[in-house]
Amino acid sequence: MTKFILRRVLLGIIVLLGVAFITFFVARVVPSNPAAKWAGPRANPEQIAKATIELGLDKPLVVQFGKYLMDLFRGNLGNSLRTRRPITQELLESLPATVELVLLSTIAAVFIGIPLGVISAKRKDKLIDHLSRLFSIGAVSLPTFWIGLILQLVFFRILDIFPMGGQLSTEIKILMDIPKVTGFLIFDCLITGNFTILWDALWHIVLPGITIALYPIGLVARMTRSAMLEILNEDYITAARSYGLKERTVLWSYALKNSIGPTSTVVALSIGYTLVNTFLTESIFTWPGIGSYISSAVIGNDYPAIMGVTIFSAFSYVLLNLAADIIIALDPRVRT
Amino acid sequence: MTQSTSFLRAVQPAVRELKVTFFLLNRNLLQRISMVIILLLILIAIFAPVIAPYPGHAISDTNPKDKLLPPSSQYFFGTDELGRDLFSRILFGTRISLRTALLAVGLALLIGAPLGAIAGGLGGIADEIIMRLTDIFLSFPPLLLAIAISSFLGPSLENAILAIAISWWPWYTRIIRGQAVSIRERQFVRAARAIGTPLPKIIFSHILPNTLAPVIVQASMDIGGVILTIASLSFLGLGAQPPIPEWGLLISSSRTYFLNAWWYSTFPGIAIFITVMVFNLIGDGIREVLDPRTRKF
Repeated sequence: MTKFILRRVLLGIIVLLGVAFITFFVARVVPSNPAAKWAGPRANPEQIAKATIELGLDKPLVVQFGKYLMDLFRGNLGNSLRTRRPITQELLESLPATVELVLLSTIAAVFIGIPLGVISAKRKDKLIDHLSRLFSIGAVSLPTFWIGLILQLVFFRILDIFPMGGQLSTEIKILMDIPKVTGFLIFDCLITGNFTILWDALWHIVLPGITIALYPIGLVARMTRSAMLEILNEDYITAARSYGLKERTVLWSYALKNSIGPTSTVVALSIGYTLVNTFLTESIFTWPGIGSYISSAVIGNDYPAIMGVTIFSAFSYVLLNLAADIIIALDPRVRT
Repeated sequence: MTQSTSFLRAVQPAVRELKVTFFLLNRNLLQRISMVIILLLILIAIFAPVIAPYPGHAISDTNPKDKLLPPSSQYFFGTDELGRDLFSRILFGTRISLRTALLAVGLALLIGAPLGAIAGGLGGIADEIIMRLTDIFLSFPPLLLAIAISSFLGPSLENAILAIAISWWPWYTRIIRGQAVSIRERQFVRAARAIGTPLPKIIFSHILPNTLAPVIVQASMDIGGVILTIASLSFLGLGAQPPIPEWGLLISSSRTYFLNAWWYSTFPGIAIFITVMVFNLIGDGIREVLDPRTRKF
């Protein structure tokens, strides 16, 4: 058990080093003139020379990589070309808005996707199975950014129920004191008991929330269905049924518990997809998170910022998977 | 025996497997419909210049007097901000999406397949190094690495293809390696080794051809996902550049106008959705057919 976790953590460290190396390679070795990219599109020769020294481009690659690792270790991702501010700080500021969306869609994936998959497996080849499969395969085939635009078209332009974008209405932003405790808007409103703002915030998160959640719901439903189908054929399920246990207990307790391995793996995987989908949709909903940050970095050729988001997301994704693996390993059924 | 017949003989098991798969797929209605749609998409891609009512609108021509017109009998899907016929542009977009997806998947196969065969065929330290490398590449969230690479290479469709291939090859390496490990111990490989066939020849002309069937199947399933990835990159501004009528780019340029021109973003999105969905449906079918537990003869 401890040995497994130790091994997994060690592997995680190797993977993190590898990720650092690939990002280093992409940013410093692939471009013909990395200093020019780093200094920005309108840099003069002086600034480029300064960037060369700053990045250590005049030194051998091994030394450069060492410096790169040291900077990463200290959490230094360089400065944004557009704002001249440290990227790490800007990322931390836009993190809560994105985490809110990712968390919401992960909750949706677990509480809608898993039951959908279980029911689908139980009623295999019945109408409800066909419908739920069609829904889930449709959900993973939809371009996320397109769904965002269509939702805006229908629910803002035509029906005028939901706001077009942003985290809060302009009136509220101007007239009221926005609570700032943890940075997570909805959570902050809850703990300060500020229900007017909370209501407004919830109203604003509906459309981006649906947009982002569709993909993970479909993915999790598909995976749960196939894991459940396999398990429902196992002998111990037949045994449980022949004991006369209620079908509900067999399904939701016996079978679902045993499919927790593949299901939690796919939930962790879906968080990765969700994170990237926020890159595609946040700018549509002017959601002030990491997605909007990287979209404007791409448009503004802000290479350090693009690289910063890449490294940051990749590292969090690796750590997340590590955590998922360790949690799964705590399950006695997986222990070897 | 000439080189080409020996190659044909080597890929024979792969061809047989594909034929069986195709036969089994054809028995399910939804999958049959999907196959017809894929065939249709291929035909559209090939004959786009003939079918499109305004082939000139696909790339260079503009027609400002008819800008942002709703769908009509003259312009089936309406027009864009430069008065170009969206129907024609979307038809040409089929060509671009299918071609770039095929190129990206092909390139990923070209990188991934030999590496997988080497890892599985050699074993030992080479295997360990190659497989850890795939671990590292796969530990990036999907699309993220492609975003980083294509932004540093400079935004263009060609670079997007390259970026996708670089982030996609490890999947194929893993599949091929798994196959290669089991084939390495088969009689004919042992026989080849016994008569002193050089190792590279064993790997590339005995092991590799026999691992191709499942990976080709996987690759055809991936086309849908790759089309979605390309559209996403183009939407971010990292893939196709104007005036190329790539679907993701069409949606991206519709953003300024779509609230008053619903047709502009709706139709390219439906095109992406249908294309990705039929490939995914076929992929699901193939997975079911190939999995011995669900395979029905």
